[in-house]
Parts: sequence; C-alpha cells; structure tokens
Amino acid sequence: MKKLTVLAAALALSASYGAANAQVSGDTVKIGVLNDQSGPYSDLAGKGSFIAAQMAAEDFGGKVLGKPIEIITADHQNKPDIASNIANQWIDTENVDAIVDVPTSSVALAIQEITKNKNRVHINSGAASSDLTGKNCSPTGVHWTYDTYALAKGTGGTLVKEGGDSWFFITADYAFGHALERDTTAAVTAAGGKVVGAVRHPFPGTTDFSSFLLQAQSSGAKVVGIANAGTDTINTIKQAGEFGLVAGGQKLAGLLVFLSDVHSLGLKTAQGLVVTDGWYWDRDDETRAFAKKFAARNGGKMPTMVQAGVYSGISHYLKAIDAAKTDEAKAAVAKMKELPINDFFAKNGKVREDGRMVHDMLLVQVKKPEESKGPWDYYKILSVIPGDEAYRPMKAEFGCSLVK
Amino acid sequence: MSSIWAFLGIPPQALFGQLMVGLINGAFYAMLSLGLALIFGMLNIINFAHGALYMMGAFAAYFLLNFFGIGYWPALLLAPLIVGAFGMVIERLFLKQLYGLDHLYGLLLTFGLALILEGVFRELYGSSGLPYAPPPELTGGYNLGFMYLPTYRGWVVVASAIVCIGTWLLIEKTRLGAYLRAATENPALVQAFGINVPAMITLTYGLGVALAAFAGVLAAPIYSVNPLMGSNLIIIVFAVVVIGGMGSILGSVITGFMLGLLEGLTKVFYPEASNTVIFVVMAIVLLIKPQGLFGRAN
Repeated sequence: MKKLTVLAAALALSASYGAANAQVSGDTVKIGVLNDQSGPYSDLAGKGSFIAAQMAAEDFGGKVLGKPIEIITADHQNKPDIASNIANQWIDTENVDAIVDVPTSSVALAIQEITKNKNRVHINSGAASSDLTGKNCSPTGVHWTYDTYALAKGTGGTLVKEGGDSWFFITADYAFGHALERDTTAAVTAAGGKVVGAVRHPFPGTTDFSSFLLQAQSSGAKVVGIANAGTDTINTIKQAGEFGLVAGGQKLAGLLVFLSDVHSLGLKTAQGLVVTDGWYWDRDDETRAFAKKFAARNGGKMPTMVQAGVYSGISHYLKAIDAAKTDEAKAAVAKMKELPINDFFAKNGKVREDGRMVHDMLLVQVKKPEESKGPWDYYKILSVIPGDEAYRPMKAEFGCSLVK
Repeated sequence: MSSIWAFLGIPPQALFGQLMVGLINGAFYAMLSLGLALIFGMLNIINFAHGALYMMGAFAAYFLLNFFGIGYWPALLLAPLIVGAFGMVIERLFLKQLYGLDHLYGLLLTFGLALILEGVFRELYGSSGLPYAPPPELTGGYNLGFMYLPTYRGWVVVASAIVCIGTWLLIEKTRLGAYLRAATENPALVQAFGINVPAMITLTYGLGVALAAFAGVLAAPIYSVNPLMGSNLIIIVFAVVVIGGMGSILGSVITGFMLGLLEGLTKVFYPEASNTVIFVVMAIVLLIKPQGLFGRAN
C-alpha cells in the first residue's frame, strides 16, 4: 500500500514540470514576455520571443522618456492559473507595465482580464482566438500578429474556392481550437462549403492522432481542417501522411502552421500545404535584414511570425509612450491606435478601436524539397491578402464593448 | 446485429479500425510499462526517468543516422545498447546509494534526472522535434478493407509483442530469471550461494532502460524525435503499471494492450475524455483491488 501512496505522489509531482523565473524591478518601463518556454509552443514563441523583445528595446535605444527599458520573461506552461499568478506578481510587486506575446488562447484570455482590471498593457502576438478583439476585448489590449478569423478566411476561403467544399475538423479541445473551428466553419459556409463533422482532442498531452485521422478519413470530407498548433499540428500532418489521407484524395488544411512546424516536419512531408501567415522572413530586404540579425542570436533559427510580431508590437508600444509622454496603459494604447505602423512587419498597419492590429496577411505554399535553396527557405508567397479583407470587420455584433 | 451498430452510431469498419489503432498505442504502453514493472519488481525503484530514457532512445537513433549514417535496423539494436549502458552507469553512480532508503528518494532522484535530461535536450534541439523517416521497406501500407494500415504501425505491434513475450520468458522461464526473482525475495541468501547480486541488479536496470530505448526507436518515425515525447507518455504508463499491479510483468503487458484498446474506443465515443479515461480506470481499480489487477497482495 505504501508503494501506491508513493506512486500517487509521483503522479501528482509530474504535473509540476518546470517553473517560472520572474525577475526584480526598478524605476523603468518594464515589459514582461510571458509564453511557453518548455512545451509544444516553445519553438514558435518561447525564448525567440524574448530575444525579439530584447532586440526591440535595444534598437529603440534602451530608453524611453529618459527611463530605461527592461525586458523580463517567464514560462507560463500553457496553464492559465500559472500564467495568472505570474502576471499578478509582475504587476503587483514588480511594476510591470506591459505583458507581451502570451501564446495559448486560454492563457491569453486570462491575461486580457487581468491587464484590463489592473490597467496594464497587453500586446498579444502568440495567441490566436479572435475573441481577444471580440467579446473579450480590452481598452488596454492589442492583438498584433494574426487571429483565428484571418486564418480561417485565408486558408478556409481559398480551399473552398478550389473545390474543397466539404470539411472535417480535427480540433484542439480548448479556447483556441474552438475559436479556430468556429471561425473556419463560418468562412467555409460563407464560401458555399459545408462541414460534415469534427473531433476534439485533449490539449496538451495528445501525441497520437491516428484515431482522429481515421475518423476524418471515414467522414469522406474533401478537406481535413487541422485546428491545432505547434507539435500537435506536426504530429497530425505527419501521421496523416502515414495513414494515406492525401494519397486517398483528401486535402489537408493546416489552419495554423508556423515556420518552426515546417522546419520540424521537413519539406518532404510538408510540401504543398497552403498556409495563411502573418509574416514571412524571406519576403523583402527589410524582413531578411531583421531575420538575419535575429537568427544570429537565436542559434541560426529564423523568426516565426509570432517572434517578429513581438518585436514590432513592442517597438510600436515604445513609440506610443514616447509620443504620449506617459506609460499609463490607457493613454499608451490610445496613442498606439493613433499612430500608423510602418516597419519590416507591417506596411500601413493600424490598431483599431477593438484592439485588432490590421495588416496584410500572406497566403503561402510550402515549397517542394527541390524548390528550396536551403534551410528555412520554405514558402512561396501565393498572394497578399489586404488587411481589411483578412480581418473581421469591426461591428458591434461581434461583442466588443469598445465598438459602438 | 445491425441495430447494435446503429445504436453505437458507428459503422463496424470504423470500429475495427479504431481497435487496431488502440492496439498499436497499447503496444507502446506495454513496452514502457514492462520496463517500469521490471525495474520496480527487481530494484524497488520507481523509475521516473523512464520517459526521458525512452526519449533518449529516439535521439540515439537520430544521432546514429545523422552523424554515423547508421540506419533504422542497426539502430533498433544499437540504441537500446547505448542507452541501456547509460542506464547502468546511472544505477552504479546514483541508484545504488538508495536501495536501503524509502521509495521517495529513488522517485525524487529519477524525477530530477528526467527533468535534467529533458531540459538539456530541449535546450539543444527545441521542442518541435526532429524528423526521422521510417525505413523504406516499412513505408506504405495495406488496405485491410476496414482500414488502411500503415506497414510501420503493423510492425510496431509485432515488434512489441516479440519483445514483451521474450522478456516475460527471460524472467519466468530461464535460470537467469529465476536468480533474479530469488534475488528480489532474499538478496542475502542468493548472494550466499555465490551469485553476484549487485551485478544482476545493474543488469536488470540496464534491461529495463534498454526496453524504454527500444520503444523510443520504434516511436521515432511516428512521433518525430522530440525532447518532450517521454513526459507525454510517462504518466499514462505509470497508471498502466498501477492498474496492472506493481511489479507484475505479465500484468503490465496485458494492461498496456487493454488500456490502449480502451483509449482507442474513448477516442471514438467521447474523444474529449481520451486522456482521462485511463486515470478513471486507475481510480476504480485502486478502490476495488488496491494491489492492481494482476498484483499479489502484500
């Protein structure tokens, strides 16, 4: 019996992998990069986002309004409770002014509430749920890089137009997956397609997707929409190849695929996937210049759209503080909404009243192995989706109280 | 008959497919829980590093391929040997010190080891995983009528069954196995007969670790080589061991396959609960038969 008690302790202990590492405060503009640094989303955001944030602060001169800029970071382990504890501690005892990145929609929604109530800035680059600028919008929250609506419209709309008019979803069972499935269903239906079924898998902790793939296969849908992210997407796509979904005539729609996912899958497996992307490093001289600088500090790995978005969002935030002459959250975000965004990330981008940063999205296709000139040369750009078409129109019916 | 299928809301073909897939996942549970049960049964150590060692098996295969050009088939033998040897070093250096102490010490030590190993690999290789292709002769698949079975998955079930039966025979039917079992019951007496008990214990730990590494190599082409692959599995595997009965080799194998099937069925009828169902079973088993389904009462 004693052995069993110990085993129960073992099971409990295993739930506490990893720990947060918050840091000390000072009289500064303090920005906290809060993201997954050990789990399925740590390659697409993780340490790379911290590096991007540091680069943004350095490129701004290290100071704003004469005060030093300090960047700190912590691992939220994709758990809303852990993230909330860190955020509260950052705000209450360490005077953090802004929390940035925050992938994992369930976590992002929790941080959105905390920053709203405690009047701090939340610049979200990593999370996807369009609810961040819908029913969960905040006067101090800005959603920077992409969202489920834009992904759905880009990938979903395009595939229906190409004849993929019946869909089956494999969805991560939490806020993000639900939002992505909902928004894609809307996009597919609007384009004249129909959804024949869906299956929701637990997150995190699912590694084998074969059961869900068999269900997708027997549904007979023309398109299998993969509404998950990070390592889940990698495993789903890999195993879909194994079970012959594509060979059987079905099309895979990776609704949210990051550059780091393609890198891990390899072009042989990922080739041909059509993906909606918020930013791609090899688009023009400006993007390449940023990417090279970033890669030099990130072990040669090129930035994902999330990491580039962290840099861009922080730069714009610092500009806004400079222009507003204060780092008070509402005033700073109001200024962010006034100023246009023109950098390597976005051209003529603007932050709307609901907090959505509207910028052009890219529809890209993963290259064939023989088309790629080397590591990280992964996408060909099929088309540019203008921001106003890519993002959900700002209407009161979507539930944001800031929209009149 | 057809009314049953209508009631279940799923065509029979789809159900057979799901059972097959469950069996494949069960094969991994069986191999991993077998190693755990072996180590627990013989060493009384709750080997929390098992998941990390499974991950190292996959990485060993990856390194063998990318640095030495050694392919899948030799890796299936070499990776368990390498990682098994690493395991024996761990046993000699650390675990040996803990045999007289409470279980908790072994648990904490191996848990710490797991964190360190995973942390090191994650720091070096990220969390997305590295690609590892299946050998060409195992690519493709068969149309079984009710499902498309990838050849590689079929191979996983066969390989796992061979290894599980082989290990069981080794422990239960050979002289070496008899020594081992005797050494667990009464080490002093067995030592008095002139058998080197510490060396046997080291070997047993190495064997348990090698089983984990073997599973890791088998998993590499399916799940990609990922530093976190072990921590995703280890908790389920612990539950399997508890349900099967601590230290029961046959119990862990049978339970592994059975729970794979059960999980497969849950993925059809209530997918949201698919990573909870095993723990529900564990709770029920502990309430009704605390020593596990195949365990002997102390």
